[in-house]
Amino acid sequence: MTAMFASNLAIPDRLLATDLNVAAGEMVALVGPNGGGKTSLLRAIARVEQATGQVSIDGENIAALSEARRARLLAFLPASRDVAWPIPARDVIALGLGARNDQRIDELVELFELTGLAERRVDRLSTGERTRVLLARALASSPRLLLLDEPLSNLEPYWVLRLIEILRASADLGGMVLVALHDLSRLEAFDRALLIANGSVVRDAFPATLMASPQFEEIFRIRAKHGNWTLRR
Amino acid sequence: MRKLIILFILGLAAAHLLLPFAPLAEARTSDPELMQLLLVELRLPRTLLVVGYGATLGISGAALQAIFANPLASPDISGASSGAALGAVLGGYWLGLTQPMALAACGATGALAAMALLIMLAGRRADTATLLLAGLAISLAAGAATSLALALAPSPFAFYDAFDWLMGSVVDRSLPQALAALIPAALACLMLLRRARALDLVALGEDVAASLGHRPRRLGLEIILLSAIAVGACVAVAGAIGFVGLVAPVLARRLTRGHPGQAMVPAALIGAILLTLADLAVRAIALDRPIPIGVVTALFGTPLFLHLIVTMRRGVAS
Repeated sequence: MTAMFASNLAIPDRLLATDLNVAAGEMVALVGPNGGGKTSLLRAIARVEQATGQVSIDGENIAALSEARRARLLAFLPASRDVAWPIPARDVIALGLGARNDQRIDELVELFELTGLAERRVDRLSTGERTRVLLARALASSPRLLLLDEPLSNLEPYWVLRLIEILRASADLGGMVLVALHDLSRLEAFDRALLIANGSVVRDAFPATLMASPQFEEIFRIRAKHGNWTLRR
Repeated sequence: MRKLIILFILGLAAAHLLLPFAPLAEARTSDPELMQLLLVELRLPRTLLVVGYGATLGISGAALQAIFANPLASPDISGASSGAALGAVLGGYWLGLTQPMALAACGATGALAAMALLIMLAGRRADTATLLLAGLAISLAAGAATSLALALAPSPFAFYDAFDWLMGSVVDRSLPQALAALIPAALACLMLLRRARALDLVALGEDVAASLGHRPRRLGLEIILLSAIAVGACVAVAGAIGFVGLVAPVLARRLTRGHPGQAMVPAALIGAILLTLADLAVRAIALDRPIPIGVVTALFGTPLFLHLIVTMRRGVAS
């Protein structure tokens, strides 16, 4: 049951022409070395200006859609957690909704345990706290597809585990989750892993299969041994 | 709250139109037509200009600050106002244009050229220091070029003529002149206001705005083009008036919980209030000849500007 089709995605100098399908309910991790193209693939699906190619979700070509409709289909959390203006956390979450909906914002504040921070200026929160606020913004419209760039970085262990739980709950409701991941220790929480290097998808497999593959060892220059990573010499 | 502010502005505009009341009453007793002439031909253009120019500065300042992601971006700091003044001087004294609309177009072109130069020098997401330095360089260069253009102008009185206007003045403008500034400015401002939501989303990063179907680069160019048209047309008629476009958006964002795009409407209201108050002050200070309104806004604006720089240095952006 494929719910997202992307074809010919490319960003000049960053991402070679790539096709990708994701099924409803699937949690997909993008892994690979720095500069390999994980972020570029997410950005291409999110339709940044340099990106070419087509993305359709539930049969709708997103290029043709209004802001409100797009917000129901996808949300993007960029790697940068900067917010340029001193906007209160609660208002940042509200930017994820087209129309005012206080009840939904209250739900998200509670879900991400932001009650004490909701009225604080988002630029004065710690990076981890701000990440939770921006994740709440991304989830606000309950989009079909979540594109998250390094959502686990800057989070304390509790929030790493809790976020994976929240994402799994969203996938169980039929949502799709695409996550660029640096921390390979959480890879097995995902249904599928894409190994991305030199601007293209090198391998698409189950996480355990991927980690045992020779390509994985070759590209990452590490080896999994008794649950630990060792350098491959 | 918003209704109250609008009522306040209307009251202020009425006061601006009717004060001082004595000459009006005097004219009325001698000749009712004279009073009408006084109101419509002399006072109405001035009132329209202060309210409209103030609102224009507020909106374009807020839009520029939002797209540059910097509370110091504004028509005057970016060099747009000085560029507009140069454009209008070249059009008026060298091309011999007299049509108010043609001069407004020259002003808009000059503002646009200054903004293009700023982007080339500093880039659109410049840090504060680069933005200030590039804007300062453009302002100085445009100011010097304006002086040169006036000094070498075919008309020997150009310098003297232009002095009041260069410092920003709304005195003795005709109704067609006021409309030549305000009609293009109003159209450009309305188009800026339609981009409020996109500007709020850009605060979360250009990629987030793009993922929701906005086009941040095009948005940036549109904001620059529209604010150059709006400010340029006003400068061509009433001269470069500083600080209102800087201060009004900063105050406005305190009313919109920091949202930069939504701040455009309150910034317009605050800008209109500030400029009307400044012109009332010009009238209240009875000297032999009126001081240019730009001097008043600079006098009150400079301390606020310094306050802004000091708070920013402490890392508390507003």
